[in-house]
Amino acid sequence: MSSFSPGFRGRARSLADRLPPGQYPTEQFPVLSAGPTPRVSTDTWAFTITTETGETHSWSWTEMMALPQQETVTDIHCVTRWSKFDTPWRGVSLDAFFEDVETAADFVLAHSYGGYTTNLPLEDLLDGKAWLVHTYDGYPLSPEHGGPARLLVPHLYLWKSAKWVRGLRLSDDDEPGFWESVGYHEYGDPWREQRNWGD
Amino acid sequence: MADDTAHLDGNCLAGPLSEILAVEATTAWWRCPECARSGPLAELHVFGPDPGLTARCPGCAYVALRLVREGEYVWLTLGSGTGAFRFRAVTS
Amino acid sequence: MALAWRAARLDERRPQTATARSLVFTVPGWPGHLPGQHVDVRLTADDGYQAVRSYSLAAPADGDRIELGVQSVPGGEVSPYLAEELPPGAEVEVRGPLGNWFVRRPEQTEPALLIAGGSGVVPLAAMIRAHRRAGAPSLLQLLYSVRTPADVWYADELTDHDPRLDVRLLYTRQAPPGTARAPARLTLSDLEKPAARLESTGTVYVCGPTGFVETVGDLLLDLGRDPATIRTERFG
Repeated sequence: MSSFSPGFRGRARSLADRLPPGQYPTEQFPVLSAGPTPRVSTDTWAFTITTETGETHSWSWTEMMALPQQETVTDIHCVTRWSKFDTPWRGVSLDAFFEDVETAADFVLAHSYGGYTTNLPLEDLLDGKAWLVHTYDGYPLSPEHGGPARLLVPHLYLWKSAKWVRGLRLSDDDEPGFWESVGYHEYGDPWREQRNWGD
Repeated sequence: MADDTAHLDGNCLAGPLSEILAVEATTAWWRCPECARSGPLAELHVFGPDPGLTARCPGCAYVALRLVREGEYVWLTLGSGTGAFRFRAVTS
Repeated sequence: MALAWRAARLDERRPQTATARSLVFTVPGWPGHLPGQHVDVRLTADDGYQAVRSYSLAAPADGDRIELGVQSVPGGEVSPYLAEELPPGAEVEVRGPLGNWFVRRPEQTEPALLIAGGSGVVPLAAMIRAHRRAGAPSLLQLLYSVRTPADVWYADELTDHDPRLDVRLLYTRQAPPGTARAPARLTLSDLEKPAARLESTGTVYVCGPTGFVETVGDLLLDLGRDPATIRTERFG
């Protein structure tokens, strides 16, 4: 019987399976802003990983584009309760950046052009769980959605997928980022509805 | 709303701040530690309201305050650093 | 201050334009307000979800009655509901009055220049109405940027040739036949004369969409006006 209609999930159930608690699905791609949109040229763009010992690893736009590129299609979940299914991205797995990085740190503070920050455990960025993406739905990522490049960490609420990312700083301590320091959750798992401090 | 850089101004903080401050806040004077521009809270550029309200210097975009409403709580961070105050909002 | 959320009953809804409405509410216990102030309006869904938005007060204090101006924004969560759906006699919650910066106090009877972009005219209308009610002899100038003649709020009140109110409508898309000024966005030359008629210490109030307010603010500074005399209110 399982040979009939492979991959069929049924509309209602598929929605229930894919929608974390408290979320609603949308076809839109809302833009939330906490400041002016940075306009960053790929000529001057750089992505830098700084380890807990102060060692830095840096990539120019050209160097980043020369790394293995991956396509990923994933659901994204915003803490403001919208979810968007099957979003198509292209970019570089963070594993590729960390290949030559020596670290024993547990935490990462992501920094963006414009000053935004967000904190994550390092293990949530590795093993194919996170990307630096520069293309959305076949087009260069627009500035309002974080272009020229943003983090994509789809298993956490979208504020962890820092727009306009410029670097990752590794640390033994979990330092709260821009929203985490004003009551948002340190980790932000949408399936456990970790929206706020204490959830 | 179509313009992604559209922002409001500090006038819209009057209501949210009234939940935790005893005096009207929009006439409060503020001086930017980054660019030394000064003026009333009403003239700060405010982004939001979701996921929170971020008020910035109109001159250099330095973060003046962040305010997040969470159920019965109001979280307030002054300046660009960490270290928030969590207030129990007065509701009625 | 801990302002209370008060029940506000919708008494009357009047069209101002095809998409803009004046809403008059009765708010028992309303403490009064100053022209230029706003309120927060709170809507609550059956499941407890709440949405809060700010709306300007369009008229001076009048006992427990307040008038708001609502521009319906397509796809908006709150404004289309207020503009079209909330039934007369039903209640919302309001909190206010809010804001002491963008206000004109009763003792301010000197001339002023009011500059509105679109629905930014709402709090300025409260200032104009208060000025008339007080019988103040000084001149208020209103520069009002609108897309077309059909987009003018408070049309009757603004065109009744009161000598103490000088209204200039600046059309950006389409002007009535015979209008000398070609439809265009507000420019320096639109501001020069009105600004020159106002003493250098006189207050300029600017309210409108963010881009409009930024542009007008910059032009006023270009004309040499003291930034301390300019008061602005922006909406998204």
